[in-house]
Amino acid sequence: MTALLQVETLAKSYAGVHAVKNVSFALSAGEILALIGPNGAGKSTCFNMLNGQIRPDAGSIRIAGENIVGLPPRAVWRRGVGRTFQITATFSSMTVRENVQMALLSYHRRLWAVLGYAGASHRDEADRLLDLVGMLQQAGRPCGELAYGDLKRLELAVALANQPRLLLMDEPTAGMAPKERVELMRLTTDIARRKKIAVLFTEHDMDVVFEHADEVMVLNRGELVTRGTPQQVRADPHVQAIYLGEGLLYDAKHRAEATP
Amino acid sequence: MELLFVQALSGLASAASLFLVASGLSIIFGVTRIVNFAHGAFYMLGAYVAYTLTSRFAGPLGFWGGLLVASLIVAALGALMEMVLLRRIYQAPELFQLLATFGVTLMVQDLVVVIWGADDLLGPRAPGFTGAFSLFGRNIPTYDLLLIALGPAVLGLLWLLFHRTRWGVLVRAATQDRDMVACLGVNQKWLFTSVFALGVFLAALGGALQIPRTTVTHYMDLSIIVEVFVVVVIGGLGSVTGAFVAAVLVSELNALGILALPKISLVAVFLVMAVVLVVRPFGLFGKAERAPRSSAGTSFRPWKPMTSIERIGVALIVALAALLPLFAGNYALSVGSEILVFVLFAASLHFMMTVGGLASFGHAAYFGLGAYGAAFAIKFLGAPMGVALLIGPLFGLAGAVISGWFCVRLSGVYFAMLTLAFAQIIWSVAFQWVEVTGGDNGILGIWPSRWASSPEGFFWLTLAIVAVSVALLRVLVFSPFGFGLRATRDNTLRADAIGIDRKSVQWAAFIVSGTFAGLAGALFAFLKGSVFPETLGIPISVDGLVMVLLGGIETVSGAVVGAIFYKALAIWLMSQTDLSKLVLGAIIVLLVVASPKGIVGFIEQIRHRRPPSPNGAGSSAARADASDALGIAKMKVAE
Amino acid sequence: MKYVAGLALSALLLASGAAHAQQGEIKVGEINSYSALPGFTEPYRKGMELALKQINDAGGIKGKKLVIISKDDGAKPGDALTAANELVSRDGVVLLAGGFLSNIGLALSDFAKQKQVLYIAAEPLTDAIVWSKGNDYTFRLRTSNYMQASMLAEEAAKLPAKKWATIAPNYEFGQSFVAAFKEALTKKRPDVEFIAEQWPPLNKIDAGPVLQAIDAAKPDAILNATFAGDLVKLVREGNTRGVFKDRAVVSYLTGEPEYLDPLKDETPEGWIVTGYPWYAIKTAVHQAFLDAYQKAYNDYPRLGSVVGYSTVKSIAAVLNATDDHSTASLIKAMKELKVDTPFGPVVYRGADHQSTLGAYVGKTAKKDGKGIMVDIEFKKGADYLPSEAEAAKLRPAN
Repeated sequence: MTALLQVETLAKSYAGVHAVKNVSFALSAGEILALIGPNGAGKSTCFNMLNGQIRPDAGSIRIAGENIVGLPPRAVWRRGVGRTFQITATFSSMTVRENVQMALLSYHRRLWAVLGYAGASHRDEADRLLDLVGMLQQAGRPCGELAYGDLKRLELAVALANQPRLLLMDEPTAGMAPKERVELMRLTTDIARRKKIAVLFTEHDMDVVFEHADEVMVLNRGELVTRGTPQQVRADPHVQAIYLGEGLLYDAKHRAEATP
Repeated sequence: MELLFVQALSGLASAASLFLVASGLSIIFGVTRIVNFAHGAFYMLGAYVAYTLTSRFAGPLGFWGGLLVASLIVAALGALMEMVLLRRIYQAPELFQLLATFGVTLMVQDLVVVIWGADDLLGPRAPGFTGAFSLFGRNIPTYDLLLIALGPAVLGLLWLLFHRTRWGVLVRAATQDRDMVACLGVNQKWLFTSVFALGVFLAALGGALQIPRTTVTHYMDLSIIVEVFVVVVIGGLGSVTGAFVAAVLVSELNALGILALPKISLVAVFLVMAVVLVVRPFGLFGKAERAPRSSAGTSFRPWKPMTSIERIGVALIVALAALLPLFAGNYALSVGSEILVFVLFAASLHFMMTVGGLASFGHAAYFGLGAYGAAFAIKFLGAPMGVALLIGPLFGLAGAVISGWFCVRLSGVYFAMLTLAFAQIIWSVAFQWVEVTGGDNGILGIWPSRWASSPEGFFWLTLAIVAVSVALLRVLVFSPFGFGLRATRDNTLRADAIGIDRKSVQWAAFIVSGTFAGLAGALFAFLKGSVFPETLGIPISVDGLVMVLLGGIETVSGAVVGAIFYKALAIWLMSQTDLSKLVLGAIIVLLVVASPKGIVGFIEQIRHRRPPSPNGAGSSAARADASDALGIAKMKVAE
Repeated sequence: MKYVAGLALSALLLASGAAHAQQGEIKVGEINSYSALPGFTEPYRKGMELALKQINDAGGIKGKKLVIISKDDGAKPGDALTAANELVSRDGVVLLAGGFLSNIGLALSDFAKQKQVLYIAAEPLTDAIVWSKGNDYTFRLRTSNYMQASMLAEEAAKLPAKKWATIAPNYEFGQSFVAAFKEALTKKRPDVEFIAEQWPPLNKIDAGPVLQAIDAAKPDAILNATFAGDLVKLVREGNTRGVFKDRAVVSYLTGEPEYLDPLKDETPEGWIVTGYPWYAIKTAVHQAFLDAYQKAYNDYPRLGSVVGYSTVKSIAAVLNATDDHSTASLIKAMKELKVDTPFGPVVYRGADHQSTLGAYVGKTAKKDGKGIMVDIEFKKGADYLPSEAEAAKLRPAN
């Protein structure tokens, strides 16, 4: 079986500085992969290349075999790639439901329709998605007054609107309370497994990473250092060297919890 | 060759004043993000106060001291305006400050006549700089040399100020990232006030320095304000060096250009701006503006289509308006028609500006194209009115197709200024192409066909067209297309990530907007029976902006209400008093302070004000804000 | 949302209720750029008010009081038309008068034609208003571009200068004046040539480069048609640069106090100008006007005062000349109407509706640090107009 996402020798540099170099990896349907690394490792650049926001200098990105390098984000999205942003990106003048409806209108290729009330279209489908992420009760609220965690969940619903094959999530739990983080990630992994969606996410919180990822990739100074199961990665001395603080912190915390 | 050199020197002298005023505007914009329309008014006030002082106190000390003191006095006035007016509305929607400063500009234009009288005033020459020196057998005024030296000197002083003082470093930091400076615990209030005062000081000094060259007049603000905006934009917003280079560029092009093309002055600066913006979307020295963070002020109340009761209400009002000819006189009907025409014009701008987030400073271009299109149809084709009313909007459409394609590549103030450049270029074509357009004498005899020539008939026709058009625009707002347009405005990143092609959607909106503006223009041509270049002019564009802003930029029907209110008031004041600008300006300023959300925004606020529920919807919103702020703060650290 | 429209309109309606014509009054509408061009319109208004007072003190128009309703046009044709509509439709004036800018004059003249109402254009100088775009309903008082260009060309032809350069504001007023001057001068002097031209935008002259460009062409003489702030810049800059030294300068309108006075001690000497030397005119009619004006306002008259005064005199004359105030009668009376102005009697020609108001031509000089006109000569308007038969051909058929 060919991988859903196949990245080969991806590279990008800014003014001579390599932000990402020679990154290759693959991701299959239903697999949940975390991309970690210290600040400035090139995670965001990697992400932005994957959904077309930044054009790589070299390398290829294949989704189900099709090279998407050079396509704008909107075209990448049409090929079944949903994405959430580090700083939530929603339409603040619309209600929660309208945000999802907007994505559905685009998915159903009705963007150029000039008749009919957009707020009445794809309502049930929008509500199903909102229900899925637990936001149905808030469907009628202006999105400008949502709590941050709810915005993140709304973004997830929006990202799911195009029946994605691949979900890119840039720090999905940043800025959330610890309890909310666990909930959101549990929700995401549930949906992904059920719908066979491949998920690639970056994250600072190592609890989240080691708890929810099937596999973990470590990026340092633009280069892929290792990839493996959470246990393998945590045990990898290279990773510990680069990523010392947080990894140890995780173990220490767990040990503390294990010995009450 | 020698001529070119001497000509270039003269150009440099002209550049100096332009640079002073422009640098002030640029600094103010960079830090406060305020498009200070009143900058020209401060320039003029600088000249008037300097005239009074230098006429009273003779001698070198009196003269140079007079210039300096005049600039300081005007800077104090500017600081005062910032403190009592602008401080109240920093949180208001973007561009609302423009409305406030526009109101002040109107007031100042009348006030200087009240204070200093109507006559042009001639101040003294600069002591010690009355003569000329000879170069290649040509005389160059020594005052020009002073000005030539002054430009770089001020540039140098500003550089020192911004790089060698703590205040300057803060100002530069604020130009880069306002929120960051706020986080650093700097008193933003006083930083803004002092920046504003500095900017106004430079404007006033630029005005005061004109004393030895020309008369002080009550319209000198108009002669510079647009040009200064252009210079700031060419240079790149917030860049003082850019303003200097742009001022020199524009002045030199003008000085050398008139040798070959004596009529080029009219349009030179706008041509330069259009070319620069098409090639470099952020000006010569500007940096890409970050997508403005959706701040607290822009959290809209989500728009809802009208309920059936509201629909019936609106239908009733339209029906009532249709009854007007039964009891109103001819004058009231023609005023009514004029108001309706501007309702459509404002609604068309509103579609682009509020729904699409594309504030145009040159919307008159499509209004005027519509008017000229209708006039050409009558004049050259002998077409009946019905056909002319179709051809007019087609002209608007064609203009919007072309300029829109370039404009949607930009955003924010750069977008606005490119629309202005196109409007001014079209204006100058209408103004200069006398054989076709009749130049400033316009095209006469564009009267309605017989069936619509009575005031009643024309009113009904206008009412029908405007009501249907506004309804169509409203349908568009709530259609999937309108939603997509709003999505591009709310969040470009997200819109792109869900498959929306921003440029295409915005271009389409630009074209829709231009077409309806063209329809309004065609109606206007028949209402007035003639077409003049003024229909393409900046004042019409500004009127449109003011109508939309007054009505409430965050609302769906604001433009309609704003247009009715503003146009009715303007016509009435014009008929009642010669000081109409003073009164109109004062009313605008008061409205801005009383209701930063505009008239409709204000009404909605009252309608939606409910007592807080026991659970406290308010408190949960507050919580959301707090966690939002927290999130952003954290992310800053993470970055 | 349209509710507000209803309100605004009904307010207008209420206001209009008060405007019913009172018995014993004749109402006349007048429009000018009061807020935008107060430098001209303030003395103009004073002149109007003076004439109005004199007429009403002397018993009005056949016993009825003459009332003038003045409106501001903000220097915009569109607003002028709104005001005209208000005057005609709501206030019920019997005729319209006024105007300063040429394009506003033309807009009003077209309005007059459409609404079939008499319009007496006071100041607009464009030749189009009586010729190429003339109509039955429009008459013009002021000495036109063509007439003043001919008067100046007559003086210019006497100069030895052969090479001419022109500076004029870049709009119809400047363009048509320069064209008329060129035509008139080359007719008298086929040997002259025009070697350079500059067209600065109105109110935005960049005087240094403009003069430098003119100077570089080395003309013998310069024709100037800039005025107001532009003129001051031009003169100051030119004096400093010595551009006017050893050159003849013919300058349009510069002798009008509105434009000459601001020049103060910088007034260039020896320029040939048209203008209004109120201090030097020794005719009895002008003296009477001058005395009355100074008594009323404790100020000297500007040319605008003469125009305002003469406009009202024309209005009174035409109203006195007819029994009913229908437009048809008024127009009939306007043709060949004789009016006494401070510059002497004038006639509104029947063929082209142009009055024969003349103008003063003279040379600039300095006296006590102020600019004045000397060597003045009054040129009669009739001498500088094409014959009535020729003029009639310049007007559109119908």
